[in-house]
Amino acid sequence: MALFSKQNKEAFTNPLNLDHPILGQVLGICSALAVTSQLKPAIVMGLAVTVITAFANVIISIIRNTIPNRIRIVVQLVVVAALVTIVSQILKAFAYDVSVQLSVYVGLIITNCILMGRLEAFAMQNKPWPSFLDGVGNGLGYAMILVIVGAVRELLGRGSLLGFQIIPDACYDFGYVNNGMMTMPAMALILVGCVIWVHRAYFYKEK
Amino acid sequence: MKLNTNSNSYIIIYSAILVVIVAFLLAFVYQALKPMQDANVALDIKKQILYSLNIRGLDGAEAEAKYAEVVKDEKEAGNKLYYECEIDGQKKYVFPLKGMGLWGGISAFISVDDDLNTIYGAYFNHESETAGLGAEIKDSQVWQEKFQGKKIYSDDGQLAIGVVKNVENPASEVDCVTGATLTSNGVSDMLREGLKQYITNLKED
Repeated sequence: MALFSKQNKEAFTNPLNLDHPILGQVLGICSALAVTSQLKPAIVMGLAVTVITAFANVIISIIRNTIPNRIRIVVQLVVVAALVTIVSQILKAFAYDVSVQLSVYVGLIITNCILMGRLEAFAMQNKPWPSFLDGVGNGLGYAMILVIVGAVRELLGRGSLLGFQIIPDACYDFGYVNNGMMTMPAMALILVGCVIWVHRAYFYKEK
Repeated sequence: MKLNTNSNSYIIIYSAILVVIVAFLLAFVYQALKPMQDANVALDIKKQILYSLNIRGLDGAEAEAKYAEVVKDEKEAGNKLYYECEIDGQKKYVFPLKGMGLWGGISAFISVDDDLNTIYGAYFNHESETAGLGAEIKDSQVWQEKFQGKKIYSDDGQLAIGVVKNVENPASEVDCVTGATLTSNGVSDMLREGLKQYITNLKED
């Protein structure tokens, strides 16, 4: 079986468009609203979810035939919780500032519906390699939205990107004011709504 | 022979083994990363102390060096730790304070001039205040700078420092954070109790 057969490609590309976790299935909204007030935590959160989804998918897929059906959700949760704890510890050791900013939301990846959804719907029925692609695809799909929303919110809310000032001081001298609303979670919801709208209108094709 | 993956004994043994593996893995990761995490936490506290002395924007080794240069001594007053610092030849005290916010604990480092009455700078931290409202005590540098120069005691010796809605005594009082009255009240209580204890203890010594 080829590594990049048509099926495997679909496992990777579907979550980026048709089965997009946020745009198509509207999963994982809570954390998408909470961590996107600036770009940097949004990127880190996107990467963390991508890594965790991919590896949880692989692990569950490897042991899928040994998992007792009656406790499969428990087993999935244990695997996800272990991975999340490891990622959170690594962040604390190597990116302390970001881990403070993300605070509880790294821990809440455990309950992110995208992960549980992929494990239950994909990894339990498929081999490790397609599961890995599916996990990476879903994680990147999620990260994509986080980055878009995070960039817009940081640019309009603070006039900067990744902490570097983008809007020149001259604009502020002319009376330009940062939009404080953008730093509140409510605006993230509206932005996610706009992204879903654009996606449905221009990119979404019925199967 | 195919294992019956739905039998009770299989389920119990399976979950026991899984949990033991995960437990060892997590314990190993925690032990391996602990020294680096402790170093990060220690550096973070040093940075907060520098913030309270109005030294901001330093990172990593720079902050360590500046901390070593500025903070002269760690002392105790009535079993409570405080820091003796020197800035431009002037002695400053830094007091770590702890209090209660709306959702969880809040903490602060307050630097005070040698007269034990004038606040030189302030830095606040919190565990779980609402972003954009209560969290402003940590995020808003402008708000923290309002504390500079405030007098802890009024001229007649009354405890005057506080965070209030209508500032009547601008020499000592600071305006509340809008939309975060309860967090601001917590900050006010923390300042009044904590600073009073430190200053009484220090004056007795």
